[in-house]
Amino acid sequence: MKLIFTQGPSITARLVVFVALSVVLMTMDHRQQHIESLRAGLSVVVYPLQMIVELPGSVYGWFSESLATRRQLQEENASLHTQNLMLKAQTQKLQSLEVENIRLRELLDSSFQVGQKILVAELLSANLDPYQHQIIINKGELDKVYPGQPLLDANGVMGQVVHVGPYTSTALLITDTSHAIPVQINRNGIRTIAIGSGTINRLDLPYISNNADVRPGDLLTTSGLGGKFPPGYPVAIVEAIEHDPGQSFAHVTATPTARLDRSREVLLVWPGETHALKPAAAPAGDASGADAPPVATEKTP
Amino acid sequence: MTLARHHGGGVIVLTFLLALLLTIIPLPEWLRYLRPDWVGLVLIYWCLALPERVGVSTGWLMGLLVDMLTGTLLGQHAMALTIVAFLTLRFHQRIRLFPIWQQALTVLVLLVLHQLLALWVSRFIGRPGPPWYYWAHSLMGMIVWPPVYFALRSLRRGFRVS
Repeated sequence: MKLIFTQGPSITARLVVFVALSVVLMTMDHRQQHIESLRAGLSVVVYPLQMIVELPGSVYGWFSESLATRRQLQEENASLHTQNLMLKAQTQKLQSLEVENIRLRELLDSSFQVGQKILVAELLSANLDPYQHQIIINKGELDKVYPGQPLLDANGVMGQVVHVGPYTSTALLITDTSHAIPVQINRNGIRTIAIGSGTINRLDLPYISNNADVRPGDLLTTSGLGGKFPPGYPVAIVEAIEHDPGQSFAHVTATPTARLDRSREVLLVWPGETHALKPAAAPAGDASGADAPPVATEKTP
Repeated sequence: MTLARHHGGGVIVLTFLLALLLTIIPLPEWLRYLRPDWVGLVLIYWCLALPERVGVSTGWLMGLLVDMLTGTLLGQHAMALTIVAFLTLRFHQRIRLFPIWQQALTVLVLLVLHQLLALWVSRFIGRPGPPWYYWAHSLMGMIVWPPVYFALRSLRRGFRVS
């Protein structure tokens, strides 16, 4: 026998309780970071779901890798070889420049940090809220990722880590409207702040005065002033400048150099941690990634 | 609470898991803005079909998981889905009797309410307003309601979920 009014008036009570609970949760999540541990716990709960979503892609990747023909592999190998040679040649030049730079800075009595610990992480393919610019990466607390950690790709700064779980972390991209990053113009050193526009290929620079020397094509690099991002990494390229005589600031927009919506592999940086040179082993297209051992690659100091 | 024994709880759990997966499954950019609120649809169905089993607390829990999966403020979807579940329970006897197109319209109202509550929270914490096609999620939800309804109904009958 099934009763019709089993729940009676209690659903109203439950409604009140759960709505109140939600409001408390939202307040705590927004105002303070008190419930980071709850988030970390929940991230473990949803991890299997994210892995299932990841499965088709990793199976496809595995198949296309194991079924690749000998010729394809040889071609790829050859092109990577050439690229490696070119990069090595560039690094040689860079090393001598870096040493020279340190020497000159020692003469000037100013400190300069070279080399940072870097870890390669992969994006999970799970889709997040399409109106926020966030991504999930497959490295977490177990790999010593911490909130506020800068995230790069091969071409520039991508964003920073906001929530860290044991196996995964969430990162905020520099184009999210709640993100701002201290930058300077590489050509002349003018410092300013680049704010996310909510559009994936645009940053806004609202605090550049009308008479400042800014030109389209200027490279913006991190200034390192906020203390979160290491200095000297490329962020964006100035795209357009509009002068409005009625306003004290020019309207400047820039295009991020990082491929924010296309990069699969990202680099996590530990600013200020220098590590000795070790042979680097890059994960070979392993999309599951989670059980792969963390690969610490580092720049030569 | 009831004298009859419950059956097929696994089916309910599986449908919710499937809905959660569909919520985060990678889609091409343009299709992401047309993704219906799968969790909301499944929740509304079970609230209509088995109001003594699935209700406000299920809605809250699923909302919390959606928040976690989509990276929104913790509690944002939880609160919205709690209220959606509550309203569905309140009017389930009426909505059940509606013809399917009228049911779809009611579902549209419930889904829009969900989005409205989520939007209200995100505006409250200072996020910018979404583009006009934000509401396409609910319209898609209305369009897919009839197939979802019939699929879940045949599941429920096939596995005698009660």
